[in-house]
Amino acid sequence: MDQLLSFINENLLLIYLLVFTVILGFEVISSIPTVLHTPLMSGANAISGIVIIGAIILLRTSSPTDYFTLSLGALGILLAMVNVVGGFAVTNRMLEMFKKKKSTK
Amino acid sequence: MLASVLNVTYLVGAVALVLGLRGMSSPDTARRGNLWAAAGIGIAIATSLIYPFEGAEHNNYGWIAGALILGSIFGWLAAMRVKMTAMPQMVSIFNGLGGACAVLLAVIELQQAGAATGAAQLSVLMLTLLIGGVAFSGSILAYLKLDGKVWDSQVTLPYHGAVNLVLLLATVGFGVYLTTTGNIPTGLLIGLLVLTLVYGFSFVAPIGGADMPVVISLLNSFTGLSAATAGIVYGNQIMLVGGILVGASGTILTILMCRAMNRSLLNVIIGNFGGGGAASGGADGDQVVKTVNPSDLAIQLFYAKSVVIIPGYGLAVAQAQKTCKELDDLLSANGVDVVYAIHPVAGRMPGHMNVLLAEADVPYPKLLDLDAANDTLAGADVVLIIGANDVVNPDAENDPASPLYGMPVLKAWTAKQTVVLKRSMSPGYAGVQNPLFFLENNKMLFGDAKASLQELVGEVKNL
Repeated sequence: MDQLLSFINENLLLIYLLVFTVILGFEVISSIPTVLHTPLMSGANAISGIVIIGAIILLRTSSPTDYFTLSLGALGILLAMVNVVGGFAVTNRMLEMFKKKKSTK
Repeated sequence: MLASVLNVTYLVGAVALVLGLRGMSSPDTARRGNLWAAAGIGIAIATSLIYPFEGAEHNNYGWIAGALILGSIFGWLAAMRVKMTAMPQMVSIFNGLGGACAVLLAVIELQQAGAATGAAQLSVLMLTLLIGGVAFSGSILAYLKLDGKVWDSQVTLPYHGAVNLVLLLATVGFGVYLTTTGNIPTGLLIGLLVLTLVYGFSFVAPIGGADMPVVISLLNSFTGLSAATAGIVYGNQIMLVGGILVGASGTILTILMCRAMNRSLLNVIIGNFGGGGAASGGADGDQVVKTVNPSDLAIQLFYAKSVVIIPGYGLAVAQAQKTCKELDDLLSANGVDVVYAIHPVAGRMPGHMNVLLAEADVPYPKLLDLDAANDTLAGADVVLIIGANDVVNPDAENDPASPLYGMPVLKAWTAKQTVVLKRSMSPGYAGVQNPLFFLENNKMLFGDAKASLQELVGEVKNL
């Protein structure tokens, strides 16, 4: 119990951020209509590629001769970048179709 | 100085992500929202590239640039080439890639972890590995299934529920054990990784058909969570914020879909609707349905005042949305009021039908959601039900014994006339017969959705 309490106290700001982001996330997403759920899914999916930041940090701090880390990390960046670029591009493609419909109406 | 400026740009990126998601709340602002979110990630990536570190800074920009460029090219090409009907498998595979990145990070960090690594850090890394791993292999299997490369029966074992439970306990137990020992030999790490990937595979294996969207959405939230835990590892707030937002979005969509299908999440994960066998499969012997031929139906549609189209999974599978739009145009030109009633889980993923119809140039004000549709359905002249079944089952309202009881449905039976376009009398994926088919004011038009619609279009043109 003491350990848990001290852990929370040491990371208070991070935990605030976590809790409020959860609440914010639920609020924002709940207001999205069914019509847009497929674009939402693929857009959110693209955002999950944010994990790429971790891979970039890892690669920038690893030794230039540590080929294990370099190759696996670069693979991670590549895969996450496919997720990010592909996800946003395909979402844009979908939403463009919605938009076009409106202007021609 | 540089670091303090860059902390602000990270903040700007995180705000752009939130505003972007907010923009998704209306079709008019959604596109801008998506661009905002993309800009948020772009800012974050640019910031991470120049953020100064204390101590060793090797940069390795060559490796990073190569990976960024290659990834962008592959992602762009895939996004431009994919068909709109293939969207579910596209989302799955992209999701799997994000999960894979989280797994790679966790593996590298755990492999380098030594005595100096704190217990908290180790636990978070372990969590990233487990969640990311399940998201990765689960998404890959989901992709293979949705793309028709793997069938449910090929990957399901007897007592699969029990197998999954054992695998889950073994994986988590192994992970916890390795965390408490503090020092992780590479061999055991690889063992854990393999076990996690096997569990992810096995987790998705028994889930099939119309339940797949729930799984994709759940796996999406897993990937988000693994990004968030990785954010904790690197003390990076924007990773935390982005990951949590995705986790929240995936969780909410999962809950909404389960509700729209009248299922509990556990029920989806563990297995099919009560085995599906006990319910009245096939046509009951003494009940007869009336059929209609395309030319009669064409006349009826052509001279109707209002027509409501209820498109379902069958329409998406037959890729008949463009033919459907063609029929719509012909009828509208004759002054028929044509609208579409969209059930929340119509298509192959939530909201998918809206995208497919938008692609076929149907203006989105013509697409009615559940409540608006039920108001319009009452008194409509003709309702065309194309490849939908369970979402128009009256038992959901009338029969407390039905597994569908309580599920929100489109009340097609309140219209003057319903016509069901369907291949056969076989029940929908809930495995129950639909009494709507036997109602006095219902007729059936058997055949593939696309072929039937093409015939209808031909007949209407001849009028």
